[in-house]
Amino acid sequence: MTELFAALLDPDLPFLRYGLLTGLLASISFGIIGTFVVVRRISYLAGAISHCILAGIGGGLYLQTVAGISWFTPMQGAVIVALLSAVILAQVSRHAGQREDSIIGALWSGGMSIGYLFIAKTPGYFDPNSYLFGNILLITKQDIVFVAGLDIVILAVVGIFYNKLLALCFDEEYALLRGVRTQWLHLLLLCLTALTIVLLIRIVGIIMVIALLTLPAAIAGGFASSIRQMMLIATIVCAVFITAGLGASFYLDLPSGSVIILIATGAYLLSLAFGRSMGGKG
Amino acid sequence: MTEAAIAIRDLCFAYSPDIPVLSEVRLDVWPQDAACIVGPNGGGKTTLVKLILGLISPDNGSIRIYGQTPAAARRRIGYVPQYARYDACFPISALEVVCMARLGSTFSGRYSRQDKQAALDALDAVSLADLAKRPFTALSGGQRQRVLIARALASGGDILILDEPTASLDRESEQQLLGLLAELNKTMIVLMVTHEVGFSSTFFKRIICVNNKVYVHPTSALTGELIREMYGGDLQMIRHDHRCCPEGHQHD
Repeated sequence: MTELFAALLDPDLPFLRYGLLTGLLASISFGIIGTFVVVRRISYLAGAISHCILAGIGGGLYLQTVAGISWFTPMQGAVIVALLSAVILAQVSRHAGQREDSIIGALWSGGMSIGYLFIAKTPGYFDPNSYLFGNILLITKQDIVFVAGLDIVILAVVGIFYNKLLALCFDEEYALLRGVRTQWLHLLLLCLTALTIVLLIRIVGIIMVIALLTLPAAIAGGFASSIRQMMLIATIVCAVFITAGLGASFYLDLPSGSVIILIATGAYLLSLAFGRSMGGKG
Repeated sequence: MTEAAIAIRDLCFAYSPDIPVLSEVRLDVWPQDAACIVGPNGGGKTTLVKLILGLISPDNGSIRIYGQTPAAARRRIGYVPQYARYDACFPISALEVVCMARLGSTFSGRYSRQDKQAALDALDAVSLADLAKRPFTALSGGQRQRVLIARALASGGDILILDEPTASLDRESEQQLLGLLAELNKTMIVLMVTHEVGFSSTFFKRIICVNNKVYVHPTSALTGELIREMYGGDLQMIRHDHRCCPEGHQHD
């Protein structure tokens, strides 16, 4: 344990500090948004957004390297594409009806292909693994500011529209009948989800995002009696997973993203076995 | 002659152009009316309700609710969906469910003290005040149904529309529900979608049969005036011989 603390305080190893701090701060966003994703059952939408983000990352790299737009970073590309895919998906769920899942599947893999083609056409070696599976070495001081900012935005939006978001998730049709503009609210929720996913990708990568977004909330759902409580428990659970995962990966010299996800998955299965997840029927 | 609360004229609706779900519907619902909407699956019961709620728009014809469009009159309608369609693990209290009735009055959707009081009063009206803090999903089917009725009441409308509220309720809960609806019918219009005609005819004044076209049948003796009003236009009268007696009618 002392080794870990020493490493955390070591001025030559800022990445571990940044990684942990980002993870802890991000847990707030993950816990809140993850709860909505779980109770609204839109994890497949979150999955599509996260995979589309590779198009933004690839596009960003390409523009930066080939087109010479040096101020444009892959992360900016990721944010733009994440928001764009949120807007498209909101339209898809509104108009596509029966075909919704096929269209989402097309976006899901289409986005990834575009991203990979951009990466392939960008000269020089670039390892997409760090985006696909996460890499805390990528985390910078700037990310910490970004995460803190997103936490504030999410806390504010959810604090203001809590009742409406709750109604949207519980009974969208009834919310609409009561004069709530559910389409806009759904879009807002998807955009916040998209921004949260961009953050998550730093830590666990595109492919494993869904697990860290939904598993803490799913575990919390087994114990919470209100959405507020579910968010709080999910946040704490998520922070524990990230801390434990980073610690274990440091000691065992394993990729941090995968260790975090493995801990989350194990804990979820345990909570299903012992807890009263699935509404007490688990 | 009083004005119809809900007036539907020459209404046609189809989800796809060649398969009409409803055609040439003419229907009047009067103040104090209590009617149940019956018909085979796919006959258009739910579609008719969605049209009245303004969730979908008719291809042809018109719907007026107190002279307004359905979308404009939404706040006068309390809607009770089927309780079984809710997520069985959703962490929410009965009171939070009922409070949803008061959404939409402010930008952020925050509830005022009056909103909370209205929700508690509504729960009281369905005799569930002491279960306000209970998780919605921990309640029995009948209780959940009553919570949803309380939600419809808390929105303060004068038309109550229920979608198959008796589905998967036991006999006793069903009787309780019947008593509650009879009580509410003193001040509100009650429209109920059901597939159980036997249940409906003990209390309801009329049966609205929906099977592409809409026919209205009385279930018991009607006043002369109401009959005259009902017989107007292309309404067709079919006797429901098997359940037409007014016995079992409870209005206490």
